Amino acid sequence: MTNNNPNYNKLIVTLFAWAIGLLIFFPILWTILTSFKTEAEAIASPPLFLGFNWTLENYLEVHERSNYFLHFWNSVVISVGSTLLGLLIAIPAAWAMAFVPAKQTKNVLMWMLSTKMLPPVGVLIPIYLLFRDFGLLDTRVGLVIVLTLINLPIIVWMLYTYFKEIPGEILEAARMDGATLWSEVIYVLTPMAVPGIASTLLLNIILAWNEAFWTLNLTAAKAAPLTAFIASYSSPEGLFYAKLSAASTMAIAPILIMGWFSQKQLVRGLTFGAVK
Amino acid sequence: MATDHSRTAARFMISPAVLLLLGWMIIPLSMTIYFSFLNYNLLSPGMEEFIGFDNYEFFLTDPAFFAALGNTLLLVGGVLLITIIGGIGLALLLDQPMWGQGIVRILVIAPFFVMPTVSALVWKNMFMNPVDGLFAHAAKALGFAPFDFLAHAPLFSIIMIVAWQWLPFATLILLTALQSLDQEQIEASKIDGANKVNRFIYIVLPHMSRAITVVILIQTIFLLSIFAEILVTTNGGPGYASTNLTYLVYAQSLLQFDVGGGSAGGIIAVILANIVAFFLMRMIGKNLEA
Repeated sequence: MTNNNPNYNKLIVTLFAWAIGLLIFFPILWTILTSFKTEAEAIASPPLFLGFNWTLENYLEVHERSNYFLHFWNSVVISVGSTLLGLLIAIPAAWAMAFVPAKQTKNVLMWMLSTKMLPPVGVLIPIYLLFRDFGLLDTRVGLVIVLTLINLPIIVWMLYTYFKEIPGEILEAARMDGATLWSEVIYVLTPMAVPGIASTLLLNIILAWNEAFWTLNLTAAKAAPLTAFIASYSSPEGLFYAKLSAASTMAIAPILIMGWFSQKQLVRGLTFGAVK
Repeated sequence: MATDHSRTAARFMISPAVLLLLGWMIIPLSMTIYFSFLNYNLLSPGMEEFIGFDNYEFFLTDPAFFAALGNTLLLVGGVLLITIIGGIGLALLLDQPMWGQGIVRILVIAPFFVMPTVSALVWKNMFMNPVDGLFAHAAKALGFAPFDFLAHAPLFSIIMIVAWQWLPFATLILLTALQSLDQEQIEASKIDGANKVNRFIYIVLPHMSRAITVVILIQTIFLLSIFAEILVTTNGGPGYASTNLTYLVYAQSLLQFDVGGGSAGGIIAVILANIVAFFLMRMIGKNLEA
């Protein structure tokens, strides 16, 4: 029987896996293809797969009609800003919990995590009203604050699981040599912690970039990131498939690329270290 | 040993994060609780009055609430069912030796990185649209009448869209768990004559059970708050056919400006999420000790 031939099995598995992989990826592929069609080709029947006149016109037009790059820039500012602010707050906290554990450390960590489980609608109205009263509605500052707070527990947790893996003996040795707390942090710990911090940064930018509850509820036009801007295409007058596809492709491309580099960190970050 | 000095420093380093989260949790949440006892409409400011549990009574006797509760459960349950079964299957497949494994993995994981508004709109327009969507083209090519997914099966369609987004997450985590399986155990069972099915039921599945539980709990937390996908596809309709609790609270408070009623709904959503969170926290807590 050929069935016992390992190469034959491998071929079958390969074909099957590729078929399923392409099927799952197809909506993204189709969006990318459609972004290079004209509007007429985008709704042609039967649908055109590759045999159409490739054009970049949609990418130019999306920007001309809607100031696309303002929304792109909003996404960048909000996701990177909230991530950096979050790291600034979380790095000292995670460091302290990992290297100077106290009796309460575990409870504090668990409590931080529990704040992440608070459904956003539970606080939607007060946040909306507070934002209105403080003039934060539709501002990038307001969104940076909210996204920092909602992702802070994940940042602390991820950093904590990474810092936990740094051997404590190294710190002991540094202390023996007379290092102060701050020089310990700056010269010994930071270099060892950089890979963990980088992964946390990457995952958090992805989460913040795609966040679509607060960005939709707290922005209108000025500070709207791509999540909210793309949502405006749901109105009937915005039904242009090729332009929708071009806007979508640009919105997902940077994160898709970052995401592929951070598969491992994704598992760790989103399971709070429960699966590694 | 940590010195007193470093302990004080540690507390100082933890406190900003703790205070911020404490503020984030307590201030708005207590405001929501307070509002939930008021007759408070944004259209008639200054008319707020204390009305006790009336908002809760209104919410809990509103047919829309039960529709939304049922939809929430169907949405969470349906997506969990698809992603767990599909995720186990995909994880087993991706764990086999094959050519181009890295690329297939990338293809499978990709939907997770697509922002919710994009995936909802792409599915709504380019696939499910009854005139120009790919499904309509396919139906016509096969001689069937096109089906208007979002009008006639709105909740089912949203379940499919959300499942597509979360299948990669389940697959990735289950695959990670699968890859930590001790190969010697598998070899030993082969020598003992266990076939593939037995190996799956008695070795692989128990090994993955922990990861499966984690996937269920974490996805539930996120799925209870599905919002953008509903907003851009159906706006909760037709009627309340695809309204979940999150969307109902949003509609009550920011579309009908009923802050009191919306707040009561928000508190009910918090209570439901806490029930799930309780089990999740216990699992993660156990892991922390190990």
